[in-house]
Amino acid sequence: MSITYLEAIREAQYEALRSDPSVFLYGQDIATFGGAFKATKNLSREFPDRVFDAPISEDAMIGMAVGAAVEGARPIVEMQFADFSSIGFNQIINQAATLYWRTNVPCPITIRMPSGGTAGSGPFHSQSMEAIYAHYPGLVIVTPATVEDAYWMLLDSVEINDPVVFCEHKFLYYHLKADRIGDRELPIGKARIARPGRHATIVTYSAMVHEALRAAEELQLDGYQIEVVDLRSVKPMDTDTILASVARTGRLLALGEAFPWGGVTAEIIARVTTEGFHLLDAPPMRLNSKDTPIPYHPNLWKAHRPTTATIAAALRTLLRH
Amino acid sequence: MLLSRVLEEKLGSLYRAGGRIVGGVYLGKGQEAFSAALGVQLRKGKDVYAPLIRDQAGRIAFGEPIIDTVRTYLGAVTGPMRGRDGNIHRGRPKEGHMAMISHLGSMLAVASGALFARRLAGRLGDSVGATSIGDGGTSTGAFHEGLNMAAVEKLPMIVSVANNQYAYSTPNTRQYACENLVDRALGYGVEGVTVDATDLASCLKAFRAAVARARAGGGPQMVVGTLLRLSGHGEHDDASYIPDKARQGPNARDCLQVAEEFACAHGWMTPAEVRELHEEVRRTVDQTVSKVSKEPTPDPYKENWQALSCAELVEGQYKA
Ligand SMILES: Cc1ncc(C[n+]2csc(CCOP(=O)(O)OP(=O)(O)O)c2C)c(N)n1
Ligand SMILES: [Mg+2]
Repeated sequence: MSITYLEAIREAQYEALRSDPSVFLYGQDIATFGGAFKATKNLSREFPDRVFDAPISEDAMIGMAVGAAVEGARPIVEMQFADFSSIGFNQIINQAATLYWRTNVPCPITIRMPSGGTAGSGPFHSQSMEAIYAHYPGLVIVTPATVEDAYWMLLDSVEINDPVVFCEHKFLYYHLKADRIGDRELPIGKARIARPGRHATIVTYSAMVHEALRAAEELQLDGYQIEVVDLRSVKPMDTDTILASVARTGRLLALGEAFPWGGVTAEIIARVTTEGFHLLDAPPMRLNSKDTPIPYHPNLWKAHRPTTATIAAALRTLLRH
Repeated sequence: MLLSRVLEEKLGSLYRAGGRIVGGVYLGKGQEAFSAALGVQLRKGKDVYAPLIRDQAGRIAFGEPIIDTVRTYLGAVTGPMRGRDGNIHRGRPKEGHMAMISHLGSMLAVASGALFARRLAGRLGDSVGATSIGDGGTSTGAFHEGLNMAAVEKLPMIVSVANNQYAYSTPNTRQYACENLVDRALGYGVEGVTVDATDLASCLKAFRAAVARARAGGGPQMVVGTLLRLSGHGEHDDASYIPDKARQGPNARDCLQVAEEFACAHGWMTPAEVRELHEEVRRTVDQTVSKVSKEPTPDPYKENWQALSCAELVEGQYKA
């Protein structure tokens, strides 16, 4: 028996629906069809009164969830692709994100966003939106990289009394498997050392954790031990764990799949250089996608995003300093 | 219509064979009559056309060569999208063929903008704009805003709504609550008609009249076509959620077959000529695909990775 990242997301929603009657699911094609990726497969059969097909109206879908949350519901809204959350942007950043601060009424909604690139998906079905949402006060942004985190962090997200943007990576949906879902270990807000090391630190999240681990394997052949920090949630960002790692290694590579201007990797660098400059033995490095829309053709797509090879090359540069 | 059908069947088989087409394939099977009937009213270079997912037939009728389709699906650098974007997300805006983005409803305002600017510059002449949407796409705010704006500006815009009963798996009952989609036209202050979209002759008549009204200053025109999507949402989808009853109903008539029978019944063609035409079209499609297959795929080292037309504004640190 094994379970995929995608199945873990489905199981977590099952558990959320089962254990809390105030949870309901709203999203396009999620009821009978089970969702474009089958993340809600059979859930409408088990909970026919709480799993609904939404019209193609992302703005209204998020707005509706916010209103429901005011009434005590804990909606999980599925965006068919993270890219389409741009249509719900106003409701996310102006309505959901400000509600508690303005009115003292919390807004416990979870917005599931199938994120990130896969070959052949092109500019509008590949985006990573975490940095955009992290920029706005009032939102929690989680980016699970493992089957366990996909499961537990989704349950955590539903329990949290604030709006959570749950960035699940489509590339991991089917590829990533675990024998079983282990115990709940870390809360949202705590990073995880995915691989210990002492020569350099990669801080990353989501699917890039796995590319980083492969690059670390490669560097091991040259005798380098690379530490990989999986942020798990990009907001809150676990600065303490990042700084502790950099204190051990003296070298930092901030890695992300999203566009290069600003964003999570820039935030990592900013925190380390302002709070831990003395820990660095070399200038910190960043690696992101290229500064163009995400290309359709796999030849271009593979060159657009960081890969094991480009991460390994960056590490070698970092280690030469 | 036939060229579109045969081309799409080929794309479907390439997809199923794997390897050549990476990413999805989205077909317009069953919607060719409705789509082409609009496309043929438009004049490439003069009119503005913003087609959508299921408009292969309309694009051909508008004047898009099928090699553009094949090159875009195969990601050839020689194609209009140069491997940067794929499948249905293609166009040549300077020829009036807008390149759709995925976000549904977004193209209506863009097509309007082209007409607006032409009118501003005093060169609108008798050109019209046209865009397509599905039943599901009408639920977007963008569609509402776009149609309202086109109506306020009284632009010569034809809005074709292919009501194929489903948006991916979602039936119309979960999409809108009005009796008929065309009823919405009244709310926007635009004229609207409904047509049996399985019947080419009716579609031609409806779109010809709509274009004439728009051209004569009647503002936006809504044409709702009733039909059924005869394929999956994409080729990855077997559409098992469409009940047999719908598949056997009148909306499920195959518009291509209907048109061919109509042509034969009127003595315009013989069944043998129809078969011959199928063969000829198949050869054209095969030749195009085999030509494109030999063309270069994108090379990341030759790609300039510039998202700005002003190269000097591309930040150096992000250059390739
Ligand atoms: C704003 C937005 N949300 C979601 C999607 C994902 N999506 C792509 S096609 C589709 C269904 C479209 O249905 P309809 O408009 O009826 O067109 P049809 O596919 O039936 O031709 C959906 C939900 C999208 N493209 N844009
Ligand atoms: Mg539809």
